[in-house]
Amino acid sequence: MTLAPRPSAEPAMQSLSSFRAERAEQWLEFETLLDRAEKKSPRRLTEEELVKLPLLYRATLSSLSVARASVLDAQLLDYLQALSLRGYHYLYGARGQLGPRVARFFIADWPAAARVIWRETLVMLAVLTLGAVAGWRLVALDPVWFDAIVGEMAQGRGPASSAADLRAILYAGDGEFLSGFAAYLFTHNAQIALLAFALGFAFVVPTVLLVATNGALLGAMCQVYFAKGLGWEFVGWLSIHGTTELFAIVLAGAAGMKIGTAVAFPGAKSRIDAAADAGRSAGIAMVGVVVMLLIAGLLEGIGRQTIQSDSARYAIGATMLALWCGYYYFLRLLPAGSNRR
Amino acid sequence: MTSASPQSTKTLRRALVTPEGFDLGVTLAGAGARFAALVLDLVFILLILIAILVVAASGVATLKDKGVEPIFIGVLIAMFFLRTGWFTLFECGKRAATPGKRILGLRVVSRDGSALSVDQVIARNLMREIELFLPLIMLSFSGAQGNLDGWATVMGLGWALLFSLFLLFNRDRMRVGDMLAGTWVIETGKQKLGEDLSAPQYDAHRYAFSQAQLSAYGVAELTRLEEVLRRKDEAQMWVVTDAIVGRIGWAEHVSDAEGFLSAYYAGLRGHLERDLLFGWKRADKHDSAAPGMPSIG
Repeated sequence: MTLAPRPSAEPAMQSLSSFRAERAEQWLEFETLLDRAEKKSPRRLTEEELVKLPLLYRATLSSLSVARASVLDAQLLDYLQALSLRGYHYLYGARGQLGPRVARFFIADWPAAARVIWRETLVMLAVLTLGAVAGWRLVALDPVWFDAIVGEMAQGRGPASSAADLRAILYAGDGEFLSGFAAYLFTHNAQIALLAFALGFAFVVPTVLLVATNGALLGAMCQVYFAKGLGWEFVGWLSIHGTTELFAIVLAGAAGMKIGTAVAFPGAKSRIDAAADAGRSAGIAMVGVVVMLLIAGLLEGIGRQTIQSDSARYAIGATMLALWCGYYYFLRLLPAGSNRR
Repeated sequence: MTSASPQSTKTLRRALVTPEGFDLGVTLAGAGARFAALVLDLVFILLILIAILVVAASGVATLKDKGVEPIFIGVLIAMFFLRTGWFTLFECGKRAATPGKRILGLRVVSRDGSALSVDQVIARNLMREIELFLPLIMLSFSGAQGNLDGWATVMGLGWALLFSLFLLFNRDRMRVGDMLAGTWVIETGKQKLGEDLSAPQYDAHRYAFSQAQLSAYGVAELTRLEEVLRRKDEAQMWVVTDAIVGRIGWAEHVSDAEGFLSAYYAGLRGHLERDLLFGWKRADKHDSAAPGMPSIG
């Protein structure tokens, strides 16, 4: 397999006037080959074409090199430049197949990305807890705070509600529209989590506020139920999906904190490199967070309405928490640092 | 493997050295092109969304109550993935560009010249959450509150726009997402090979220029002349012809501008390219002509 030889009728000679005529055919061949290669999977190219691609790429690069030094046709230079760049990105931008990539995400990349931010996760957990304690204390001091904290999410619940009303909400198994509700919860929560992550870029402050607000909401609701002696039932109602959902929100905040601190305190690296490094692994963690929220949405929308027993709710919540912790922190399917890109 | 470094930071030109050791060079996309690509993508997303809603509405109308729930779920999930998945999925493709970017001739590449990874595409697109939607949230929030005082709205919106317009505040035209993913967006350049203007034209032999006449211009003027010839605008060609005739002192009558210009182009280019081979590039007409040139017959 070689490139098309020069026209052999005349003796080989380098001439500027024939520069283009001698090479244009190769360029066009490379262009059409790239057109097809970019549309199809590389596996569907013939062996001959696969061998030809890098040869034609190098020939084009060489043409560009000569043209830059000796040809003053701006359009030709632009064309060769664009063609070489396209070839470069095709040949050196290979990314592997999607199937193994997805598998590696679940086996290695996702838990690794979550593991890397364990410090931030602990900080965000503390922020959430502090928010919860504050919400509890405020509502305990003065029930007026409940409206301020919970606002429109109260759904008719409040310090003034009777114990019977509060209990009714916990076991409201209105069988209709469950999966629709699950889908709504998933998209809503995922959007909030993505925002919490992205806001981390603003030096973490908005992320901390967002997570603390979520904690306060939780604390305020808890206080209302505990005050009416429904604490055990409420935590069961919450934990069936809450362990997964709150874990996801904490992780989202932690990922945001990772990028925020990388931008604010880049250490030995340049600020821009530190941001790029943090951004990639935090992005992977966020895809994991979206998956977690999908599961949480299903548990909340379907599981909570159909499962009415407190102990079953606790069991499911605790199992999910154990599964997530095991997946992230204990189960290492691949040794750390093995072939990651 | 390769390296790209910020050089001559005033322009949008950046170095890109291939593994073959050749500086290919890339041109970063300007803010205008980036914005236009974004608007195109948003329009596409909106059109698909409308199509989905129309299909869903007709589905609800025909299926009555039974079909409402699956359709509701389908629409919600589709909207979510359209919003978060559109950019990521397209940029993971071989052309590393959304439809909007492809139309504008742009693509996403890794800043260090290595292959663009899925991680990077995900990271750069997650940040759209604050770039695109935070200003909208700010606006709708102040709208819902109603009584929020004007300054708070302005401050909130200004803060949100700081992220949206991040690209204008750095030389490399990086969005917040680009910065966090280690990417930037480049122009893919001209894709079609134009005709060869230096090939002999039909009546080019009618015009013969002296060395002195060919020494009147440099590379910059040659490039402008090439543009004019490719555009083929009759009136413009006459304007340029008059300018050249005046400068080189062409005494004979010129009957057709294109013939004259292509003949002069071929002559000037041959002249300048010969100088180039001797190591002299005359930038423009104010630049000095090649020194100590051996006299050419």
